[in-house]
Amino acid sequence: MIFKSKDLLGIKDLTPNEINFILDTASGFKDVLARDIKKVPPLRGKTVVNLFFEPSTRTRTSFTLAGKRLSADVVNFSVNTSSVVKGETLKDTALTIQSLGADFIVIRHASSGVPHFLSKILNISIINAGDGANEHPTQALLDLFTIRSHKKKINGLTVAIIGDIAHSRVAKSNIYGLTKLGAKVRVICPPTLMPAGIDKLGVDVFHSIEQGIKNADVIMTLRLQLERQVKGFLPSLEEYFKLYGLTAERLKLARDNAIVMHPGPMNRGVEIDSEVADGPQSVILEQVTNGIAVRMAVLYILAGVRR
Amino acid sequence: MPKEILDSKDIKRVIRRIAHEIIEKNKGIENLCLVGIQIGGVILAQRLASQIESIEGGKIGVGALDITLYRDDINIKKEQPVVKTTDIPFSITDKTVVLVDDVLFTGRSIRAAMDALIDFGRPAYIQLAVLIDRGHRELPIRADYAGKNIPTSLNERIDVYLDKENKEDKVVLISKK
Repeated sequence: MIFKSKDLLGIKDLTPNEINFILDTASGFKDVLARDIKKVPPLRGKTVVNLFFEPSTRTRTSFTLAGKRLSADVVNFSVNTSSVVKGETLKDTALTIQSLGADFIVIRHASSGVPHFLSKILNISIINAGDGANEHPTQALLDLFTIRSHKKKINGLTVAIIGDIAHSRVAKSNIYGLTKLGAKVRVICPPTLMPAGIDKLGVDVFHSIEQGIKNADVIMTLRLQLERQVKGFLPSLEEYFKLYGLTAERLKLARDNAIVMHPGPMNRGVEIDSEVADGPQSVILEQVTNGIAVRMAVLYILAGVRR
Repeated sequence: MPKEILDSKDIKRVIRRIAHEIIEKNKGIENLCLVGIQIGGVILAQRLASQIESIEGGKIGVGALDITLYRDDINIKKEQPVVKTTDIPFSITDKTVVLVDDVLFTGRSIRAAMDALIDFGRPAYIQLAVLIDRGHRELPIRADYAGKNIPTSLNERIDVYLDKENKEDKVVLISKK
């Protein structure tokens, strides 16, 4: 397998073979994480800079641990205490980090396309850790990895994604990844949260959760971004839960062995009931664990790309 | 033209001899375990172990070690390496670990394997058994047990075929020209 791109900008750009290669590599790293000594040497002497312009706990911590487990030096660049507050442009910040000797920039930004912009002006590897409402590729990869480890394959599965599809980069990346690997994807949400033209991505659109999750193999709930309520997309959180919340009762409509996923952070009692989130079909905490292995795989593969 | 150097009978004899040598050098099989290097060393380690067990009676531990993450050529190789599984289902601390590989060449795989192994514990001794030693060492490493020394040139390649049923085992020398 020859991986051509120095960057991971989105799932949209990957071939099914490249996705599978990342997932296979991640299995090897999952084994490493189960050892007593959870550190391996391949990124010794490399530097990973986490450049987060938006809040994050799990993604940033996960990338930090992934880098450290591979023996890289990891620097967390906190925007609030940096020259960004003095008005430094994104371009200058990025060029400065490159000149400081970083080999990777892991970037999260509220604007779509920021990682793509950086990838053009920098020689070092850029990893998209979430850009606006566009993509969050490593989240989709860890979701695919988790699904694959439970269901053995992705091809032919029915996956229901419930929630704020319009504003969700997690949904977007997962739709690309799942359809590329041959799953049937259903998206379920109120009409106000459904983006125009979504059907062009090869998904089936549902406005009723009962119809949408019927016989599904995988149910992915998304975080309802609470600030959306203020903007008038939703009448109230209570109503959202009543119409679209994943409850134990509704979960019975899916296949008996269906798994329940959530990218976190969860709003319990809004998009998912605690009974389901903590129930036997939930793989939510496993997703977090798998995230480290998947991010190790991404860092390791990009480190080996020839320039 | 590939040239066959060892056929399946030769390989059987070599494995039997190395098994005896391992037992002799270590005065039995107490504290002994074998770890095969992915991919070529794994089947060889299993064969050696069952040979040793049939000679001495009793069981010895056999593991598989992937050295991909310990290699020093991640930026040199054109292809992305595949990370394989490491499975050492026993403690190697204070044991005599015999590393097993099919071909000993530059010695760099063995360096990587020793580093990988030491992340799993502190063996009392590490020894090295190989089926073929083809020379061209780039590091101060030598085999304790070698099936056959084959002088090669750098534009030749050695391919070892070992299958589970050991029916079509062979070692061939190929000119890359």
